[in-house]
Amino acid sequence: MSTLSSPSERVWWKTPVERVELLWVGIALVWGIIMTIMMPYWHVVGKQNLSNEAYRTTPEAFAKKTQAMVDQYTVRTETERQFPVVAPPAGSDVYLIARLWDWWPILELENGKSYRLHLTSMDWQHGFSLQPENINVQVVPGYEMVITITPNKAGAYTVVCNEYCGIGHHKMIGKIYVK
Amino acid sequence: MATTAEFRTCPDTGLVFHKPAETLMKLNAVAGIVFLLVGGVLGLMLGLTRWPAVHLLPADWFYLLLTAHGLGVLVFWIIFFEIAVLYFTSSTLLKCRLATPRWAWLGFILMLIGSITTNVAIFQGGSSVMMTSYVPMSAEPHFYLGLILFAVGALIGCFVFLGTLVIARAERTYGEGSLPLVTFGALTACIIAIFTIASGAIVLIPTLLWKIGYISYMDPLVYRVIWWAFGHSSQQINVAAHIAVWYAIAGVVFGAKPLSEKVSRMAFLLYILFLQLASAHHILVDPGISSEWKIFNTSYAMYLAVMASMIHGLTVPGAIEAAQRHKGFNKGLFEWLRKAPWGNPSFSGMFLSLIIFGFLGGISGVVMGTEQINLIIHNTLYVPGHFHATVVGGTTLAFMALTYWLIPVLFRREVMFPGLAKWQPYLFGIGMSGFSLFMMGAGTLGIPRRHWDISFSGALFSHDFPATAQLLLGVMGISTILAVIGGAAFIIVAVGSVFFGKRKDPAVKFSMPLIAPSVTVDHARIGFAGVAVPGTLVLALVFLTAFVLYYFVNWKYLSSVWGLS
Repeated sequence: MSTLSSPSERVWWKTPVERVELLWVGIALVWGIIMTIMMPYWHVVGKQNLSNEAYRTTPEAFAKKTQAMVDQYTVRTETERQFPVVAPPAGSDVYLIARLWDWWPILELENGKSYRLHLTSMDWQHGFSLQPENINVQVVPGYEMVITITPNKAGAYTVVCNEYCGIGHHKMIGKIYVK
Repeated sequence: MATTAEFRTCPDTGLVFHKPAETLMKLNAVAGIVFLLVGGVLGLMLGLTRWPAVHLLPADWFYLLLTAHGLGVLVFWIIFFEIAVLYFTSSTLLKCRLATPRWAWLGFILMLIGSITTNVAIFQGGSSVMMTSYVPMSAEPHFYLGLILFAVGALIGCFVFLGTLVIARAERTYGEGSLPLVTFGALTACIIAIFTIASGAIVLIPTLLWKIGYISYMDPLVYRVIWWAFGHSSQQINVAAHIAVWYAIAGVVFGAKPLSEKVSRMAFLLYILFLQLASAHHILVDPGISSEWKIFNTSYAMYLAVMASMIHGLTVPGAIEAAQRHKGFNKGLFEWLRKAPWGNPSFSGMFLSLIIFGFLGGISGVVMGTEQINLIIHNTLYVPGHFHATVVGGTTLAFMALTYWLIPVLFRREVMFPGLAKWQPYLFGIGMSGFSLFMMGAGTLGIPRRHWDISFSGALFSHDFPATAQLLLGVMGISTILAVIGGAAFIIVAVGSVFFGKRKDPAVKFSMPLIAPSVTVDHARIGFAGVAVPGTLVLALVFLTAFVLYYFVNWKYLSSVWGLS
């Protein structure tokens, strides 16, 4: 009887299992356990994990904190729209607003130093995609995500939006400088 | 009781068709193929837009067509065809009348009205929200309404299938034994479908009410968790359904029997038990969700759903190898595979589907579903690369393979353009493999998904992606064309045969029987070194090696990026 008809043995669950199948099930089980362990293992030894620190927020509250940082640490402005470039001290809280269709402001960070990066959206969902590192995080309105970031290479980085956010989605790019 | 007048026995295969069920199978399959046609045309235009040298569409049309493409193929094509598969595996394989054909008709009509309504909403222009329609972005009310109607129709189809199983059991239409393996697989798909559709209703009904003003706030994160219980689980329906189709084609072409019923059925059960909260894979880099939750829900402690797919990946070719060796192709490791009917599109389509689903779709899916590795993949072009390998290279190709067999058996027509049909799975399979692979490559280099212009025209700042990524997008565009030619060949053969083909004369036998007599294999008498299916074992070990290497390469890549904690 083929796969299209009832099993020829009424009590098919008592028929012996083919040895190759047993071997393969064993291999798959061991591999699955290894893959499961890798994730908590990386939380212990790896350097790339999300902290899972997050808060409920509102656009007003987050904009206020961001504005305070911009007022205190702006070092210069760029482009005809006078985008502030902000250089907060190492170890401090830095804020990045995602909105239609900007990443605001520009951050200037020191290589090898850590910062607590706060992210939220003022409107729709956005995607924080740091290029060329290719670090990608979902930015959800109403939620303030905190990630401690430690840049490990100097350079000019681009933040691309990689969650569709309407017709100007492709114009939504920002900058992070690492000195 | 149904009368015998309502049944037709296929003179070529001996399969028994309940006429009302047969009509519904045909209608659902045809409706599905129409959406595949539309989706393929849209896919071509989208692929040509993402090819930087061509950049075909303007931004508004790109996002509009991307929304229509996603829903049209990922939901409408596949679910219409799956309803046909459900009716075939219940009514036909169990020789049973279809339960309540009138309800099945209602289900079909609702699906049709729903899918058209949603498409109207999309093409009116106010609902370019992507398939996922993440709140607080919103579509027009009838966008959601159409999806809800479609879901209700599909749910009715699921219950008609379950009802048919109950009748078949009560009337002993298929004897005293258990369900055939293929029907068992379809039952798995049906159970997952019910969970999926319920999740879709739970998220889309409030979204509709929110849109028309009865609910004041939709939490975007809760939306994502529940939407993906619909969005990802609907792809698990596909997995269960196309694996049932693999087993069916192994049975049809080779008369194959599973190596053991127990292992294959256990693997199907693992899908039901361990796939359900697959939404976790989509929120691995979302705020406000703990790592414990992510790790547990992405793996269920030991990746038993991955194990299930790995088992099917062994037992389907294993069953074919055993049947082939039994027939005398018992030399060496791969004589069984070399002497397989590679000119029969049902077989070649099925086997390519298995390879593409496993090597490209399966491995990439598990790798990017790893909590931390998702950081370097989330929302890049890698993601559509992955799911085109699973849903197009895997599911769609398997359904195409089955269609070649259904044309004479269900539609009673001869396959038109047999030469074209013979090459079609290769064109489509190779095109889609290239497309998926190059997309994944571009995604690894940071190219975002759902993005109209990676040269950022009109933006305040600029950014140059690596030249390799640009090159990969170019070859991705070329692969799109190849895959679309393959898809068009399928539509020409299928639509041509069904509507204009020569009626199948039972007296004219094909060179290959439409259904192979089933073989009972004595596993002790085939293979060598105490292994009944050594060729399949070697293929499985090659797969495992690729899997392990690629998995750790990604960890290595992750370890080089900025520190995150």
